[in-house]
Formats: sequence, C-alpha cells, structure tokens
Amino acid sequence: MNSTLDRFVGGKQGAIGLAILAALILVVFPLLLDAFRLNMVGKYLTYAFVAVGLVLCWGYGGILSLGQGIFFGLGGYCMAMFLKLEASDPESTKIQSTPGIPDFMDWNQITELPWFWEPFNSFGFTLLAVIAVPVILALVIGVAMFKRRVGDVYFSIVTQAIALILTVLIIGQQGLTGGVNGITDLKTLMGWDIRSDEAKLILYFVNAFLLLGCILIGKFILTSKLGRLLMAMRDKEERVRFCGYDVAAFKIFVFCVGAAFAAIGGAMFTLQVGFMSPSFVGIVPSIEMVIFCAVGGRLSLLGAVYGALLVNFGKTYFSETLPELWLFLMGGLFIAVVMYFPNGLAGLWQSHGQKWLVRLQTKLRKPTPPAPLPRNDKRDDGESKPLAAAEPSKLETSV
Amino acid sequence: MEWLSEFGAIAAMQGFNGLSVFCVLLLMALGLAIIFGQMGVINMAHGEFLTIGAYTTFIVAVLTERFAPAFGPYYFFLAIVMSFFIAGAIGWVVEWAMISRLYHRPLDTLLATWGLSLIMQQIFRSVFGAREVSANLPEWLMGSLQLTDTIEIPRNGLFVMGLTILLTATIFLMMYRSRWGLQVRATVQNRAMSRAVGINTKRVDRMTFALGCGVAGVAGAAFTTIGSTGPTSGSLYIVDTFLVVVFGGAASLLGTIASAFSIAQAQSIMEFFMSGSMAKVLTLLTVVGILMLRPQGLFSIKVRK
Repeated sequence: MNSTLDRFVGGKQGAIGLAILAALILVVFPLLLDAFRLNMVGKYLTYAFVAVGLVLCWGYGGILSLGQGIFFGLGGYCMAMFLKLEASDPESTKIQSTPGIPDFMDWNQITELPWFWEPFNSFGFTLLAVIAVPVILALVIGVAMFKRRVGDVYFSIVTQAIALILTVLIIGQQGLTGGVNGITDLKTLMGWDIRSDEAKLILYFVNAFLLLGCILIGKFILTSKLGRLLMAMRDKEERVRFCGYDVAAFKIFVFCVGAAFAAIGGAMFTLQVGFMSPSFVGIVPSIEMVIFCAVGGRLSLLGAVYGALLVNFGKTYFSETLPELWLFLMGGLFIAVVMYFPNGLAGLWQSHGQKWLVRLQTKLRKPTPPAPLPRNDKRDDGESKPLAAAEPSKLETSV
Repeated sequence: MEWLSEFGAIAAMQGFNGLSVFCVLLLMALGLAIIFGQMGVINMAHGEFLTIGAYTTFIVAVLTERFAPAFGPYYFFLAIVMSFFIAGAIGWVVEWAMISRLYHRPLDTLLATWGLSLIMQQIFRSVFGAREVSANLPEWLMGSLQLTDTIEIPRNGLFVMGLTILLTATIFLMMYRSRWGLQVRATVQNRAMSRAVGINTKRVDRMTFALGCGVAGVAGAAFTTIGSTGPTSGSLYIVDTFLVVVFGGAASLLGTIASAFSIAQAQSIMEFFMSGSMAKVLTLLTVVGILMLRPQGLFSIKVRK
C-alpha cells in the first residue's frame, strides 16, 4: 500500500515537491495577492495545464507538438460557446434584429443559430465537448501521422500548419465564431455571475485543484509501465517496436492526454478571463506554450508549472515596463534554454540546487557523529525505491 | 463570341495571378529547400533572412537616391547582390554560433531559431520602426504591359518571374552540376562516409546554410517590388513555406517547384470562387491531408537508411 502510494507521487522527493507547489498555489498566492493579481495567476496556471501536457508529449514521448494552442483554443471555445448562449437570452438581446442569438451573429446578418451551436445550450454536453472535441481531433491527427511513422520534425510542422488553418478559419468565419475579436461579454455560468471577485476566487481554486489533479495523472502515467515505454520509445523507437509494442498507439495516447490537459486549461481560461479569441490558438501562442515547458524543464511536471508562472510573470512585468526589451529577453530565453539548459529550471535544480541542499544538511548535522553522506549524490532517503520512480529526470534527452 | 474572349482574358489574368503567387512561394521556398530539404535544419528564422534582404534593398534605394541619383534606375541589381551577401554573411555567423551545435537535436534547432527570429524582429523594429517601409521602384518596373485590350500584365510581376527562373536555374546548376553540389548531396546522404572520403563536412554545412540564407535575401529583395516591408513581414509566411518544402518532398528541388506551383494555382483558382481566407483554409487542408496519406511528399529520393 505504502509503496504504491510512494510510486504514485514519485517517492519522498516527489511528495515534497508536490506539497510545496500545492502550498504555493493553494495558500501562499491567495493570501499574498489581491483579487486582480490572483486572477492573473489563475490565468497563468491555465497555461501550466498545456505545459504539463507538453512534458508528457515532448519530454517523455519525444513528440513536439507545435499546435497545443489548437486544443487550448478548442477547449476554451467550447466553454465560451456555452457561456455566450447563456449571456444572449432573448431578454437581454431584444434590441437585436434576431433576439436570442449571440450579438456577433446578429451583426453578421445571421438570423438563426447555426446547427453546431445548438448542443451547447446544455451544460453537460459542454463539459463533455470541452474534453471530447480536442481529444477527437488529436486522435485523428495522431492516427494519421503516427500510424504512418511520420518523423518528429514533420509532425511539428504539420501541427503548426493545423494551428494556422484553425486560426484562419476562425477569423474568416466571423459570423459563426466571432472572428478576430473572439467570443466576448461572457457573464454567467448557470446563473452564477463569474465576474464577481468571489466567483473569481472560487474559480481560481477549482483551477488549482484541476491542475494538481492533472499533475497527479501525469505522475501516474510516468511511473507506470507506460511511462517507461514512452521513455524507451523516445530514446530508441526501433528497439521498442522490435520488442513487439505498437509504438504508434502509445504516441497517440500520450498526444491525446496532452490535448485533454490543454483543453481543460483552455476551458478554465475562458471561465476566469471571460473571453476567448483566436489569438490563443495560432502559431505564436502555441510556440510560447512550448517555451513555458522548456524553461520549467521538459522532464519535470512540477517544473512546467513554475516555467509557465515565471515566463508569464516576466512577460507581464516587461511588457508593462519595457516592451522593447521583452522580445529580446524571450528570444534570448529560447536560445539559452535550448543551448545551455536543455532540462530547464528543474535540470538546474537537480544539478546545483540539490547539491547545495546536501551541503547544507551535512553542515547542519556536523556536530552529531559523522553521517556517511555521499556528497555528490542525491539526498539519502534511507530506503530503496523502485527504479522507475528513482530519477526519471536524470535521464538525458537524446532527441 | 464576346463571352469567350472575356473568359479567355479572365483565365489569362487569373493564370498570371497564380503564376505570381507561385513565384513568391518558390522564391521563399528555394532557400528553405536548401536549408531544410538538404541539411534537415528547421530554420524558423528563415522569414527574417527574407526581411533582411528587403531592408537591404530599401537602404540601397535610399542611399542611391541621396548620393547617386543618376544611378537610380539600376540600383536594383546592386541591391540584389548586396542582399545576397549580407543575408548570406549573417547566415554564416548564425550557423557558426548556433546551428552547428544543434545538428543532432533537430527539434531544439526549431526552438532556438524561433528565439532568433523574435530577436531579429525586435532589432528590425528598433532600427527601422514598426511602420512598413517601401523602396521607390525604378521607372522600368512600374506600370504594366498591355498585351490586348483586356489582358494586361504588371511589369514587376514579370520581373519577379524572371528572377525566379534565373535563381532556380542557378541553384539547380550549383546543386546538381557542380563539385560543391556533389559534396553537399554526399554530406546529406551519409555524413560519416563523406568525411571519410575527404569532404570537410563542417565547411560544407556552413556554406550550404549561408547559401540558403543568401537566397532568402534575394527573395526578400524581389518582394520589395511587390509589397512594402515591415518587421514581421517575413515571418508571416514561414509556415506556408515549410509546407511547400515538405509537400514537395524534402530533398527534391523539383518537388519544391512542383508543390509551389500546385499550391499557388490551387489557391488562386479557389480565390476566384470564394473568400480568400476560405481558399487558404481549403488549400492548406488539402496539403495537410495529402501529407497525412503520403508523408514523404510528392517527390522523394529513394535512399537506403
């Protein structure tokens, strides 16, 4: 029992790391920040969903999707469609020429609700669609690409092209999707005003718990046999295939999981920020999401969350104070992370932070009888852990 | 009979329109076909090298206007040469400083060059301003040729077309008829063996990358005759360009030409029947669909791996 739990959260260290992160987002942020800033952190945390999904896909599965914005956007749009329909009841839209349909449709001379908007009147369907629509799309892309053994580079380019297609489509079909402006003026969720400070606080906590849930699912996947197969596949795909495994199936699965995480993030984004627009779907946001993951550490689920938070804090701070500098910094960050710290913040922590911690510990323990601590090794847990959970992050990327 | 001649005129103009789009796509894709197709390097900053060429042309135009007005009509040829060498030189430096350290990690190259493109865009913005600039065209590039009463062909379109043909032919000769091209192709196919027979593969890589960037610079110079230049004008088309190269079959120059032609014609024909954005969506969807069925692209070289 204990060992299963141990494996699940990734040993003592994993448990401590998870506890620190949970304390940070559940206690420290809500206590320290005012409602406006907290809402902003909530927005950043929705990107962390995407980054966590990317750790699974890219860090462990070796598939770099440059189209995570597609799934983030689809999840967000599904939620936004429901909220928009609720906001445009016949009562509040009676000045339109066709009351009861979203305002942007009315502006584009559409007189009837399009068929694919119809099911979004139901909240249950919407919740299903938030996950199902992106996952089905990911499944189609995944089956088409991976069954034919399309190389990783080509996959990246094709996902990027799909992100472009979706953006052009959303912008082009203004009457059906709200165009460049996206779906705005969202007010209530089942009669509950989502714009009040109290609602934002509740949504923040819902978001935080969902994120922690996604991290746990990710940890579960990585510590299971599936996770080891993913790593093996990333490092030597041919050998895994020759062992008799269906490599494509694993890739499709992990890509779908990544898409589902991104979609949850998108839906929570819509709820917390109150609108959804094509600027979160396209090529640029999709690549930015990859950088969140890369900065945090492509091999660390927790690192990805810190990466998303840090990069977005930086972005907000610099675009408020020194907008010219931000693109230089962002570009420099891309290059530096890729060339010098391929394992991101988590990698730095592993190579420097932990050594420092060990030194601190030895110093503290010095008065007591000499503790046989290996100086250059990781902390002495005093227990043997299963190999799989030992140190997944120590594995070198060989992509 | 009148409708027939009118139809012919529309078809001719539409066809020419498609040909111009084809030239634009091909010019952009040529450099990438060398860098991505031959070397396998994903250079997301390719669009910025294009912009370098465009800004070089702009600078040359402004300088000639100020210091040598008599030279005005001919500045464009100087601008093309300058664009080639400046973009090529910057490409050489980039390869030396960045790309050469990332050859074994293609996905990371993609991210690093994306970062490079962000930095370059911001440099353009700081130096030239966020507003789009355009060079004054010489007289002989303006206006259009009146072929019949109803058909007229813009001169700058013809010029770009001529330049495209010239550039394609040069690259073809270099890649398939010169000793250097032989070395490039050998390195692509088998790096270890090429080194064993005495090819300096590092130098070949650097020169190939620089050449690809130089070609992008020339393409950028050609674009100034069609539209104005802004800090992000190059990056707008980077995904389309990659699709052209992938669709054509990465290592095949002929494939790149064929795919640029089919994508351009498909798009301009569809634009006649529907809105521009839907035409683009349909074209891209078709390309992605075909790529899913045939991942190796239209033309592919059979290599034993």
